[in-house]
Amino acid sequence: MSAIDAGLHVLRSSPFIQLQDAGRFGVRHLGVTQCGALDWIAHRWANWLLGNPLTAAVVEITLGNAEFECTRDTTLALTGADLGARLDDQPLAPWRSFEVRKGQRLSFAQPRQGARAYLAAPGGFQAPVVLGSCASILREGLGGLHGDGRAIAVGDALSWSGNVDAARQMPTEFIPEYQTTPRLQLVLGAQIGDFRGQSLFDAFNSEWLIDQRADRMGIRLNGPQLQCQRGSMISEGIPLGAVQVPPDGQPIILLNDRQTIGGYPRLGALTPQAVARLAQCLPGQTLHLTPTTQDSAQLAQRRLLAQWQ
Amino acid sequence: MKAPNARLEVAGIDSLILRLFDHIDEANMPWMLAARARLQEAFGAALLDLVPSYTTLLLHYDLCQLDSGQVRTKVAEALDGLQPADLQGGREHQLPTWYDCSVGPELKLLARRSGLSEAEVITRHSGHAYQVFALGFAPGFAFMGLVEEILATPRLSTPRKRIAAGSVGIAERQTAAYPVVSPGGWNLIGRTPSRLFGRDIEGYSLLQPGDRVRFVPIERAEFIRLGGDDSPLEASQ
Repeated sequence: MSAIDAGLHVLRSSPFIQLQDAGRFGVRHLGVTQCGALDWIAHRWANWLLGNPLTAAVVEITLGNAEFECTRDTTLALTGADLGARLDDQPLAPWRSFEVRKGQRLSFAQPRQGARAYLAAPGGFQAPVVLGSCASILREGLGGLHGDGRAIAVGDALSWSGNVDAARQMPTEFIPEYQTTPRLQLVLGAQIGDFRGQSLFDAFNSEWLIDQRADRMGIRLNGPQLQCQRGSMISEGIPLGAVQVPPDGQPIILLNDRQTIGGYPRLGALTPQAVARLAQCLPGQTLHLTPTTQDSAQLAQRRLLAQWQ
Repeated sequence: MKAPNARLEVAGIDSLILRLFDHIDEANMPWMLAARARLQEAFGAALLDLVPSYTTLLLHYDLCQLDSGQVRTKVAEALDGLQPADLQGGREHQLPTWYDCSVGPELKLLARRSGLSEAEVITRHSGHAYQVFALGFAPGFAFMGLVEEILATPRLSTPRKRIAAGSVGIAERQTAAYPVVSPGGWNLIGRTPSRLFGRDIEGYSLLQPGDRVRFVPIERAEFIRLGGDDSPLEASQ
């Protein structure tokens, strides 16, 4: 990749601005985490707007504070959070594709609604495929623009090789809103019976506050103390969205960059749709948890996936 | 040993925990490996991930290819007539290890706790072949055991922010080597120059569940000759 055929030159970035795709699969038995775009729904729509494969690599921009210079004319797409994006001096709303010309600057300020924006380029951003994915995870030294897990940094050049035949328009009924307090659906897990009745009532009837300790590994909630009769367990595999309860009784929702195995009891796991919604929440915001079963969650998920067919 | 009484538990929208045992035991491994192989075969491309741990397997499947009823049927079929895997074919590794206070600061602590000399701690730790139970925590991080009861030591109350790659440690009755620089709370007693995880390693991880591992004491000169890095723990990158 040379600077000549690069398409975006990075002028400003942060550790929270990363190349992500649909994540790594078939490698978790090695201790390698899933990784991938946290808001997988916004990730898919960004690619859909350009006619890309839905799992193509995008830039996940968390909280803003980023700036890119376009080094060629092209069409890009932006979905997810409203981070006060601008193309030169013009405000740029998310959930659309847009034309850029060589020399224009694309910048992101700070969150106005949501937490994570997704920027897609024609055919997907190019990066080495490491263990089946170019999703970046610094802790493991895997993926990203250079294959070593690093976030997107000042001086990096982002490139792509696809073309946009006909950019699409976002069906307005599928544009989510991130303002109202979310009700996140949780598939009840087998250890649910180990929690006290009062704790189960509290889990699903309280307003939970998102703690400052919130990142791509997991998000801590503050609220009533949940009590589990089971203390420590033998470590076992952890699914995406697992809601584990450590001895302090404050739940932690485990996300894409979670450890592969762990030994805290769990209420269950959020649905993928709930994980995507949680990805747009900021510390200090509140949420509700609501129980569901595996079968009804599966029906809803299959319906959701049909949106892109 | 009799076949385990397997239980299937819901873990998430598209994942199940298959619980084969209730206790950590080296005798679990032949059954765990056999179940894993059968499930991989039965599910094929519908299996997105299969994460073995000490007593369980987490099955993550593609819900667009299978519904929950089909999954339960497949699991039952896969486990029908299960026979333990033959561990004789499992690999045995020797991990050269420089046991020294400069790279293993808890060597002194273990000696004090056990009432053994440091030399005796080293002899006891390197005197057994350990079973790899599971990989987790970090890529290629192998949980091994069981170390002798006398060496069992709880994790540090405050984990270290940075532990050098290759560091060999003990937590309770388990032992492990850190594949890459990472935070961690295990009691460190030495360091191996062996590379444990990398794209150039077949299967990516040198150690795999079911393998057996011996730590072989070496001197500093040998450690350096084998490419070991003896820089102190909290050294910056």
